[in-house]
Amino acid sequence: MSTYLGMPSRRVQEPSSPIQGVRDFPAAARQALGDSVLRRNLGHATSVIRGKRAAVVGEVPDWEALRDSAEAIKTETMARLPELLEQLEANVTAAGGTVHWARDADEANRIVTELVRATGETEVVKVKSMATQEIGLNEHLEDEGITAYETDLAELIVQLAEDQPSHILVPAIHLSRTEIREVFATRMPGVDPLLTSEPRALAMAARTYLRELFLRAKVGVSGANFAVAETGTLTVVESEGNGRMCLTLPETLITVMGIEKVLPRWRDLEVFLQLLPRSSTGERMNPYTTFWTGTTGHTEGTTGPDGPKEFHLVLLDNGRTDVLADEVGRAALHCIRCSACLNVCPVYERTGGHSYGSVYPGPIGAILSPQLTGLTGDSVNDSLPYASSLCGACYDVCPVKIDIPSILVDLRARHVEAQQSRTGLRVPSPEAVAMAAAAYVMRDEKRFAAATRSMRWGRPFMKDGHLRGPLSSVMTGWSSSRDVPTLPDQTFREWWAERESGGHGG
Amino acid sequence: MRIALFVTCLADSLFPEAARATVTVLERLGHEVVFPTAQTCCGQMHTNTGYQGHALGLVEHHVTTFERALDEGAEAVVAPSGSCVGSVRHQHAMVARRAGDEALAQRAERVAEQTFELSELLVDRLGVTDVGASFPHRVTYHPTCHSLRMLRVGDKPLQLLREVRGIDLVELPAADECCGFGGTFAMKNADTSTAMLSDKVTHVRETRAAVLTAGDASCLMHMGGGLRHQRTGVRTMHLAEILASTDGAGAVS
Amino acid sequence: MATVGEARTEILRRIRSAIGEEPHVPVVPRGYRTEAGYDVDVLRELLTERLQDYKAQVVACGDTREEISAAVSGVLVEHGLTSVVAPPRVVVEWLEEPASGQQVQVVADDPEVSTGDLDGVAAVVTGAALAIAETGVIVLDGDVWCGRRAISLVPDVHVCVVRTDQVVGLPPEAVARLDPRRPQTWVAGPSATSDIELDRVEGVHGPRTLVVVLAG
Ligand code: SF4
Repeated sequence: MSTYLGMPSRRVQEPSSPIQGVRDFPAAARQALGDSVLRRNLGHATSVIRGKRAAVVGEVPDWEALRDSAEAIKTETMARLPELLEQLEANVTAAGGTVHWARDADEANRIVTELVRATGETEVVKVKSMATQEIGLNEHLEDEGITAYETDLAELIVQLAEDQPSHILVPAIHLSRTEIREVFATRMPGVDPLLTSEPRALAMAARTYLRELFLRAKVGVSGANFAVAETGTLTVVESEGNGRMCLTLPETLITVMGIEKVLPRWRDLEVFLQLLPRSSTGERMNPYTTFWTGTTGHTEGTTGPDGPKEFHLVLLDNGRTDVLADEVGRAALHCIRCSACLNVCPVYERTGGHSYGSVYPGPIGAILSPQLTGLTGDSVNDSLPYASSLCGACYDVCPVKIDIPSILVDLRARHVEAQQSRTGLRVPSPEAVAMAAAAYVMRDEKRFAAATRSMRWGRPFMKDGHLRGPLSSVMTGWSSSRDVPTLPDQTFREWWAERESGGHGG
Repeated sequence: MRIALFVTCLADSLFPEAARATVTVLERLGHEVVFPTAQTCCGQMHTNTGYQGHALGLVEHHVTTFERALDEGAEAVVAPSGSCVGSVRHQHAMVARRAGDEALAQRAERVAEQTFELSELLVDRLGVTDVGASFPHRVTYHPTCHSLRMLRVGDKPLQLLREVRGIDLVELPAADECCGFGGTFAMKNADTSTAMLSDKVTHVRETRAAVLTAGDASCLMHMGGGLRHQRTGVRTMHLAEILASTDGAGAVS
Repeated sequence: MATVGEARTEILRRIRSAIGEEPHVPVVPRGYRTEAGYDVDVLRELLTERLQDYKAQVVACGDTREEISAAVSGVLVEHGLTSVVAPPRVVVEWLEEPASGQQVQVVADDPEVSTGDLDGVAAVVTGAALAIAETGVIVLDGDVWCGRRAISLVPDVHVCVVRTDQVVGLPPEAVARLDPRRPQTWVAGPSATSDIELDRVEGVHGPRTLVVVLAG
């Protein structure tokens, strides 16, 4: 794509797929780190949301019990996935809906396209959905002559700016109000050119622009936050009311949902509906949550036809079953997309979502994207598990207790294993050589003691507190912004040996 | 109590003063410190960089070494590093299991149960917060990520520091945010690491402290490097060094 | 379509092979609060506070039909609303006596009322299925008091009558009472967005004004 002058789009190159970028993380991050406006926007937004989350989580006395419950429900779900999906399918079908299964993005896109075609419509209204972003549905529909309108404010901003989302919950988090005003003023049909950058004014401009669209749209496309197997009920959690518009007013509703989103029981929602809003927007409850079961006109005791006459549920695999096959990594499928882990992540806060090259950025993206695309040993996504200092802030806030740091460590091992099996007998990477050498030395105390002693001989390689010589190439990035420590005259074990032999006291 | 010192490879080779200070504090409290000389490295770097195959040998070596120390009468293992204790406690058994060595995993769990970070050992196992130290300087404390979130040491280091005579302990803004070290993260993602470090350095400066302390030599090395690079004049000292200090002014080396 | 069945079979096969023969199914611990045990005064106060926190207006009144009707009329007058839509049952119960001195056009909802018609109506008056105090939520479930989802969505002002005996303390109490087969909307304040710099702005596509008439 081309970058428009004056447009706040920060995207540089077309990603190779919605879940894999073209550059590895360090390279993409380097560019993002140089963007001081981005740093300021992200720093501000993430600190606001961290504060809100902490306040509303702090007032829940049974938060940890809710997390324990959520973790167990998700583990149970994965273990019972086949039967739960079959149960969901049966209940949705009994309630007048139709269930479709899609092995990959292409298949899902084809199904949705055919369903839209069958209605005779050429436009659809969309409520924000990670699953449809993941499969690149909008682009696919466009190629097929169908216009997909994003109706979530942040998605709308990103769509108008021809930018990429950079956050799971707030896709335009990388843009400031001034930049958003610019997008609206130049790209939104019929907008008042005197529009100010007040968030309220911007929201009202979106309301006016989308209103007519909502009222005329015949087809809605959504994702789902949860689907209850025992009842066939689907749920979308949102704030603006655009979700309600898309889920209620059109004649046909098409929902694309990852297979892992199913929950066993209706009752399980009492856990997730407490965890999700507080973790994501930092609210006790989000403004609107919609629940529907099939085509709801069937329901007894209600005031007649309510909502779409036709409902299609597309169940998406697209790599999820590969993730499920890994005992450690499968917990990534427990994610409820709250984005709390992004908001607390010091790496995300500084590099932004685009650096991850996937619609799933931040800590969850670092474990989910490479598993969805597969760790090959040399793919761009293989760099993602390393995009973390393993500080553990993500695990602390995750409402479903995904141990992200442990999964990162495991994925790093899988990456190295993949790399080793690729390289085979050919030359291993310099890092692999160094690691093997270090392990060889460290497995034996005599070799280790000799090596630490000899480190002092390395001092000629240091000049003015900076490293020179062979070690420096490995350490350059590190030592350019930090002074390396000076070496002690004596290692601890030398001191201890001397003390034991009566050399000097403690 | 007889306590085996797990010095950690970094403190052994680069920061022996932190390890010596650990010995000083424990001996001053009347405990016997032994140093199993066979010890080398816990393998954390290998594990965290993806080389679990290599880490396995190091884990086995570590477990064998400290198992022997425990068999020979040590009642606890102590390390002046939250991160290495974190690796022992949360990774060793995992590395063994991933390699299919359940026996080693169980041995690792036994060693892990008896392994403590210094502030945990002092406050929880030995029940002391006043270790008889004095250190009349302005100090700020950075809770390293692994101490904070892997080990959950909470405010134990602060409990210890508050009892130090003469200390002027000031709170570090955004203290619980990572300093950007993360082992090989600092090299593989040097730019991001630097950005994190520079924010940490800014916060340290805001405290106007003379000394920055923490329970991990690795993070201190990282932050110290940044502080020196920016010529802030702030010194870094391991928590153990402050706890070992009795002669205020002289302790700031 | 043959391919559809193929995809289904294939995905289920993949899942079964991924999770193995006998995957461990944990027992779900439910150590969280399932009942708050608040008395009615606490419930009323908490719900009011939480709704107001999200910029909903709360009007308290007695629980007789007359008192509720009067409160609803008062709200319509206060906001200068000249047209309302409501489920037929609500029209009969609370909107029969015209608001004092005000000409209000009342539309009793039926399936013939189009979305376009709704767009021309200033307000909607509904009852509720229940309300959750701790999270400041009112729940609509499409019954004779709540009506179709569209009517509480398109008009710009939503007046929702909640009786205090419908207020529960916690989400689990609500979930236990609700029928999942009914189309539900949980509402916590007027529509809002935090999409611009994570600054919360009330009033986007859904009703920009939410007035809760708390009866009893
Ligand atoms: S991994 Fe956890 S914290 Fe991150 S988005 Fe998913 S549920 Fe939220």
